Amino acid sequence: MSVALRGTELAEKIGPSFPSAVAEANEQWVTVAAEQLVAVATHLRDDPELDFRYLIGVCGVDLLDHFEVVYQLQSLSHNHIATLKTLALDHQEPQVPSLAPVWQGAQLQEREVYDLMGIRFEGHPDLRRIFLWDGFPGYPLRKDWLGMPGGRHAGLGKFPRED
Amino acid sequence: MKTEPFVVNVGPQHPSTHGVFRLRVTLDGERIVDADMIVGYLHRSMEKLAESRTYTQNIPFTDRVDYLAAMANNLAYCLAVERLAGIEVPPRGQFLRVIMAELQRLANHAMAIGAFLNDCGAFYTPFQWMFRERERILDLFEMAGGARLTVNYMRIGGVSYDIPPEFVPTAQALLKDLPQRISEYETLLMENEILIVRTRNIGVLPADRAIASSVSGPVLRGSGVAWDIRKADPYCVYDQLDFDIPVGTRGDCYDRFLVRMEELRQSVHILEQALDMLPGGPASTPVPLALRPPPGEVYARIEAPKGELGFYVVSDGSPHPYRWHIRAPSFINLTPLKDMVVGLTIADAIITLGSIDITLGEVDR
Repeated sequence: MSVALRGTELAEKIGPSFPSAVAEANEQWVTVAAEQLVAVATHLRDDPELDFRYLIGVCGVDLLDHFEVVYQLQSLSHNHIATLKTLALDHQEPQVPSLAPVWQGAQLQEREVYDLMGIRFEGHPDLRRIFLWDGFPGYPLRKDWLGMPGGRHAGLGKFPRED
Repeated sequence: MKTEPFVVNVGPQHPSTHGVFRLRVTLDGERIVDADMIVGYLHRSMEKLAESRTYTQNIPFTDRVDYLAAMANNLAYCLAVERLAGIEVPPRGQFLRVIMAELQRLANHAMAIGAFLNDCGAFYTPFQWMFRERERILDLFEMAGGARLTVNYMRIGGVSYDIPPEFVPTAQALLKDLPQRISEYETLLMENEILIVRTRNIGVLPADRAIASSVSGPVLRGSGVAWDIRKADPYCVYDQLDFDIPVGTRGDCYDRFLVRMEELRQSVHILEQALDMLPGGPASTPVPLALRPPPGEVYARIEAPKGELGFYVVSDGSPHPYRWHIRAPSFINLTPLKDMVVGLTIADAIITLGSIDITLGEVDR
């Protein structure tokens, strides 16, 4: 059974080497400041006690005033998983450092996040749109894309048989 | 004499790309020096659409992610929502899910092996054999849920219908035939000299590069990494079932083919046990029509036939997911494709692509 490392536990392991890196840590995840993301990720990968050599997935989340990038990490040798997050605070021009140099597996996934969410990954070797064509207007997974009339859940607010 | 690089477009409309996949290869003579994949022809914006529908309404989308393994997609998504909302599935539902997921693995691998051999030049005969077995599995799906391909069978809290009484005998009859059929294929294919010459040491992916580039499923195991979510992070009732994880040694196309062949056997073994152990009782727990999971986020994953399939779902307490992300194995398995095909000829690149086993619905979503 894969053990999910608590965010607080992970923060304690990152703490000594990168005292100012951890922005938030709770039961589920640890949020790392974007400036130190690459250094922390490299540490997580190379520290034999953590050994997160396998990056499961990358996902961007639009939190209306800022963006969050979520990384799911896996250690194959210790069989533990962890969730690492970083924030892109500028909602107009979001930018975070790329982790493709640390995990090659981030390459295509960061292109996907850039294409659909519009988060720029600084230092990515080949950051282009992947699913949509060049010149596509905007980034569809953003919550304000096209400003859907009636709000985000237009027409779906009521459920007649809900109770 | 002066030579110039030559650019060839493979696809998007090409039978060996298994869908609308385009590979733009640059050749120096016959050898590939650069390859760029161009995807998105089948992009249907599922992640955005899912945000304006309810959790239950999103299950049919998952069928259409990887339409060759719809049951596995249903399962991964339902597991994610159940974990988010804290719903328990009764034992019969758990076993039915395992049975369906393993039948789906058989059907998917039959398709993968058949199409791979097609790419190798064994035109349509092995494909037809494989389709013969796959057909019987699709009949079983039809018996259980009424549909063959996009089954929409699983529900949050269990499965949509309990199986009819004739399901178990029909499945057992199929399982009785399969080992012998698999042996036949092994004698015909595995020691076939043409196949070995064609696939040995082609598209090699060493274990360390496989891990670094996040590939999963038979591609990772073909590279010699014994990693299977069913063992490493068991879900449903896989911890009660006995099976082995086949691994390759060299990480070439032949090893990936062997891993899939052996996984057929292991799936038959799992199915035999699961059908014997199938308990009685209800197959699902009732859940509200407009399910409102508490605010939070979850990442749930399964070992789908193509690799690690995960759903990352963020809830804000409303009946619609706030964010709905699919960790698609077909897409991520394409990460090392460029490194694997550089230095090969186009014919070998086609085989390498075939050995990864992609579904374009899952690549593009």
